[in-house]
Amino acid sequence: MKILVPIKRVVDYNVKVRVRPDGTGVDTANVKMSMNPFDEIAVEEAVRLKEKGIATEIVAVTCGTAASQETLRTALALGADRAILVESDVELQPLAVAKLLAAVAGKEHPQLVILGKQAIDDDANQTGQMLAALLDWPQAAFASKLDIAGGGATVKREVDGGLETIQLKLPAIVTADLRLNEPRYATLPNIMKAKKKPLETTNPAALGVDVAPRLTTLSVVEPPKRKGGGRVADVAELVAKLRNEAKVIS
Amino acid sequence: MPVLVIAEHDHASLRSATLHAITAALQMGAGAQSEVHVLVAGHNAGGAAQAAAGVAGVAKVLHADAAHLAMPTAENVAAVALSVLPGAYTHVLAGATGFGKNILPRIAARLDVAQISEITSVVSPDTFVRPIYAGNAFATVQSKDPVKVVTVRSTAFDAAAATGGSGTIEAIVVPADTGHAVVIGQELSQSERPELTSARIVIAGGRGLGSGENFRMLEALADKLNAAIGASRAAVDAGYVPNDYQVGQTGKIVAPDLYIAIGISGAIQHLAGMKDSKVIVAINKDAEAPIFQIADYGLVGDLFVLIPELTAALG
Repeated sequence: MKILVPIKRVVDYNVKVRVRPDGTGVDTANVKMSMNPFDEIAVEEAVRLKEKGIATEIVAVTCGTAASQETLRTALALGADRAILVESDVELQPLAVAKLLAAVAGKEHPQLVILGKQAIDDDANQTGQMLAALLDWPQAAFASKLDIAGGGATVKREVDGGLETIQLKLPAIVTADLRLNEPRYATLPNIMKAKKKPLETTNPAALGVDVAPRLTTLSVVEPPKRKGGGRVADVAELVAKLRNEAKVIS
Repeated sequence: MPVLVIAEHDHASLRSATLHAITAALQMGAGAQSEVHVLVAGHNAGGAAQAAAGVAGVAKVLHADAAHLAMPTAENVAAVALSVLPGAYTHVLAGATGFGKNILPRIAARLDVAQISEITSVVSPDTFVRPIYAGNAFATVQSKDPVKVVTVRSTAFDAAAATGGSGTIEAIVVPADTGHAVVIGQELSQSERPELTSARIVIAGGRGLGSGENFRMLEALADKLNAAIGASRAAVDAGYVPNDYQVGQTGKIVAPDLYIAIGISGAIQHLAGMKDSKVIVAINKDAEAPIFQIADYGLVGDLFVLIPELTAALG
């Protein structure tokens, strides 16, 4: 079984982003970039399926600028077999990415696509579900446990009230939630080996996809600053302040 | 043309996220001809349909009833919505909950339009504000697509009044089961406490609690305050509490009158889920913990001493 793992290069989760003074976006120059953490979980799940003998090949794919090759190399170091970069300098919104991935899936014919549920930059939480709709495949969003057996998948998903278990036919799309697994770190020998693994580059025109943005960002601003930092000495002062100053308890 | 809200419900009643989405929908309607309709897709969900028709401002309820909607999949709810949408609505909304996030992107992709996720404000019928980068920036975005597909952050919009409306209820034809997926089980947390996303007071615990057993210390305090209980990702990952307790960027977004963070250091991903709370209290033994920077009242000390003391003081 072939697994396609779409990944995204994002500002590292430890970086506190700054809004550009002109309000056009956030400053991404000279900022540490990493693989979206949810996509690391997706890669790990695919690698585990290969280690169990269920998957035969893992193809990592990303859509973005040439710099995204670095993120693909990380996926290769973690255990992906080969990689595809859909190169574009245009701002790629989730619908465009989903269309590009659908086109890649049309060439690669994976039985399973595993990707992160959300990218931590735009926080859109759309691409997996959109890809499922475009391919007319079943979806299991927010997966915390995945079992493949008998031509189908059983997925435990995180829902608002707890957990839900669904059964789906393959091919299918699974989006990874935080507790699907704990991703491994790439070892130095694997990082070296990854440099020799195949990385193919294509582009939206070659895939026949119009990626023009549908949403225009008019402005980006910082959230209102919260005035924090107040201290109380003990429980008695805390209770008195909550009752008499904040008036949030009686 | 009207605006459609996809209801989230348990067949008998509406979930609160739908009431908040209806408020956003009422702000989007352009002109007097614009009405708000609510789609209730379920099985034997007459109660939820009646409830939706009674919400102030709702003109019509589309009621889809079928056995395969008893435990609905994203595929099947999207199919119902897509059977009524084309050419008939300007906007489609749902709460930015696990339910809405699962379904709406499917609808947007089928309509070949962008989705605008988790809006916090309606600027005009085609322009919205939404958080990005865990709420560290807010983008104002404009959509020129013919239909706007939008999920709504509940904490940013008041709930529409649950009564006072007099919408009509229309039964609609339900498309056949897509057969893509089937729900075979649910493990839902049972609790007598207020619901986390709508509680007036939230007590949240983190890794500082040290174990699931210690986490139960928070219950006595929550009982005194009639509070909901939440948790940081670290506490959920460590198995102290189930996943539905998680507050943060990718968990639940809360904005209660009072949020008490106990043994939570305050990673930006956690702050993203609670920093709009009216009053924040932090209790932590580490005086340098980032949570103190946003807390109105910080108390440095050993939570195992302070929590019983606080619980007793609220006697």
